[in-house]
Amino acid sequence: MAQQYESWGRFPKVFQHIHPLQWRSDSLPLTDQKILAQGLGRSYGDVCLNDKQTILATRGLNRFIHFDAHTGKLYCESGVSLAEILDLCVPQGWFLPVTPGTKFVTIGGAIANDVHGKNHHRAGTFGRYVLQFELLQSSGERLICSSEKHVELFKATIGGLGLTGLITWAKIQLKRIHHRAIHTESIQFENIEAFFELAEQSDENYEYTMSWVDCNYTKQIGRGIFFRGNHITEYEIPEKWKISSKKLTIPMDLPGFILNPWSVKLFNFLYYHQQKQKSVSKLADYDPFFYPLDAILQWNCMYGKRGFLQYQCVVPYEDHRMITEILNQIAKSGLSSFLAVLKNFGEVPSPGILSFPRKGVTLALDFPIKGAQTFALLDSLDDKVRECGGAVYPCKDARLSPINFQAYYPQWQAFSQFIDPQFSSSFWRRVTGET
Amino acid sequence: MRKVLIIGATSAIAQETAKIYAQQQAAFFLVARNQEKLAAIADDLKVRGATQVDYHAMDINELDQHSTVIEQAAACLTGLNTVLIAHGTLDDQKVCEQNFAKTELALKTNFLSVVSLLTDLANRFEKQRYGCIAVISSVAGDRGRQSNYIYGTAKGALNLFLQGLRNRLHRHNICVLTIKPGFVDSPMTASFKKGLLWAKPEIIAKGIVKAIDKRKNEVYLPWFWWGIMFIISNIPEFIFKRMKL
Ligand SMILES: Cc1cc2nc3c(=O)[nH]c(=O)nc-3n(C[C@H](O)[C@H](O)[C@H](O)COP(=O)(O)OP(=O)(O)OC[C@H]3O[C@@H](n4cnc5c(N)ncnc54)[C@H](O)[C@@H]3O)c2cc1C
Ligand SMILES: NC(=O)c1ccc[n+]([C@@H]2O[C@H](COP(=O)([O-])OP(=O)(O)OC[C@H]3O[C@@H](n4cnc5c(N)ncnc54)[C@H](OP(=O)(O)O)[C@@H]3O)[C@@H](O)[C@H]2O)c1
Repeated sequence: MAQQYESWGRFPKVFQHIHPLQWRSDSLPLTDQKILAQGLGRSYGDVCLNDKQTILATRGLNRFIHFDAHTGKLYCESGVSLAEILDLCVPQGWFLPVTPGTKFVTIGGAIANDVHGKNHHRAGTFGRYVLQFELLQSSGERLICSSEKHVELFKATIGGLGLTGLITWAKIQLKRIHHRAIHTESIQFENIEAFFELAEQSDENYEYTMSWVDCNYTKQIGRGIFFRGNHITEYEIPEKWKISSKKLTIPMDLPGFILNPWSVKLFNFLYYHQQKQKSVSKLADYDPFFYPLDAILQWNCMYGKRGFLQYQCVVPYEDHRMITEILNQIAKSGLSSFLAVLKNFGEVPSPGILSFPRKGVTLALDFPIKGAQTFALLDSLDDKVRECGGAVYPCKDARLSPINFQAYYPQWQAFSQFIDPQFSSSFWRRVTGET
Repeated sequence: MRKVLIIGATSAIAQETAKIYAQQQAAFFLVARNQEKLAAIADDLKVRGATQVDYHAMDINELDQHSTVIEQAAACLTGLNTVLIAHGTLDDQKVCEQNFAKTELALKTNFLSVVSLLTDLANRFEKQRYGCIAVISSVAGDRGRQSNYIYGTAKGALNLFLQGLRNRLHRHNICVLTIKPGFVDSPMTASFKKGLLWAKPEIIAKGIVKAIDKRKNEVYLPWFWWGIMFIISNIPEFIFKRMKL
């Protein structure tokens, strides 16, 4: 019985059959349909959707297998979430080596999208910390892949968008910390040049960097706030530490008119001016520092039923003008929402064949869907990104054309040989033009 | 320290309950049918903080094995203070209507096997004079309905049995808890269409742990099922028999 589903961006809506997995020993369902694993569905577009086909729901695979608190090696099933890992490991002095901006993602999803975090300039992608995993293929074979065994399949599966098979369990390397607190600094900047300067100064001494930019203030394109931080050292451990666990839920779809150019401008204005001094430094808990949006459960309902598109691209670092041009075009269109993020990616290579991150500047922001004009704007941004040799992130995408996808990822054909014949996704059929 | 015996340990609700107890450094003896699944749960509970996890694989309908397994559990954990009985099957009502052997098996799994287990456990707990026996029943036991009265019969009979047992063991300081979940999104109900009234096993597990801590007699989970079942139980029979529930 197929039912309607959507991913985090709430676009597109698809009909698919759900096959829940409960045990890592479960075999794949016998079906003529194409299959695809789905974790927590936190991808914005259709990489985790399989229209008119079958989804393997992996959240039932959420058991830990072994954790060595001396070496920080964690061995768990693929449906375990980063939130569950943090709850287990932070009290024992270990942290995720790389984390995206939400902790409600599974290990399987983090591997398949080879996710990145605020420390990409130093640490690279999540895939670098994957020691091994088991891949269950439609032939029934279970392959243990690592940088030593089934190496090519290992590399294809990291960032492989779930197409190479089902990851049933994985072993990852965590990172030592002394305390859950982060030493943070936030600094206002007035334009893109100032952002690049701050980024250059900070990349060396700060593990985590990331900026919020105002994409609506046409008078001064590229003003924003630069956030940087480090885990505290053993000498800085505070005596007392309060952990707040307040959560807010957006209980229903907000009507479209609540998010309009004025409310967005007002939000951005308030956000930019929230700090009175140019620079503020303090100790913060890791949770609000890394996952500010997780405090508002289901914030994606804010954009209403029609949903939204997130756009994340990376453009070469040398080309400052390009990012300014893109920001200008977005600001002029008045179509973007308030959550715009800018960050420098570093050079640390990722093991994944199809991984998105590469050296450059990455910009990510939301666009509530307002019909054809929204799609047209993003199409023209795609072309700009292609011109300068950049790329768009599949895990945020729901609309990229085959031509542009194939230009960003010329290795897609080489990657294709690792795709399991029974696995496919809505995304893959779209960007390869398959039906 | 909490020393927990879980029967039907592979149940989704039982697994979530065990996770909470593992964080509180409990020791476990798990019983279920499948060895491989039991091993996976045991590893998970150990990582989450359990001080000890042992297990035994058996079909719970092998009634003559019950006292041996219970003895083994008590020996492994050097005593027991908490029991959670969670196994169950939601058999196809239509099939049972046509086939008494199926009905008999449903009643055996969901009711008689529990009676057998509790006969042994009750005597043990009565002697030691401490501990809690928690059993997962169901709202389906509150009133017979055409769509699943075989399952409902087993759970209803179980409710009566637990009532009597509670009455007997109360003076011996033993708490007997009847757990009545509503719709739970678990493998048992994988093929059902889910709606607003459905709860995740995690939510049910939290409710179970709380009810055990508070030494409750009976608990509807989530709580609103108390209201729903109050209404359903109070519809006059002459109307109810015409309804298609
Ligand atoms: C608020 C927010 C902030 C975010 N911030 C970032 C960020 O900073 N950096 C970043 O990189 N991403 C970010 N993301 C995106 C998110 O990290 C990724 O989409 C992540 O992959 C989602 O994991 P998931 O478990 O929800 O997987 P899903 O979205 O369900 O699936 C993602 C992909 O993984 C595959 N997959 C899932 N499980 C398995 C498995 N067991 N075996 C094989 N394949 C599998 C699926 O087929 C699909 O292709 C953010 C998302 C949100 C909502
Ligand atoms: N899900 C609901 O909506 C719901 C509502 C009200 C009450 N309940 C009750 O809640 C309890 C737990 O169910 P659940 O929702 O967690 O479903 P579940 O995950 O399907 O659990 C049922 C468990 O019972 C075990 N079992 C069945 N027959 C057995 C046998 N002969 N011997 C040993 N074990 C046996 C199964 O083991 P295998 O893995 O080996 O099959 C399974 O682990 C049950 O008593 C059920 O009646 C459920």
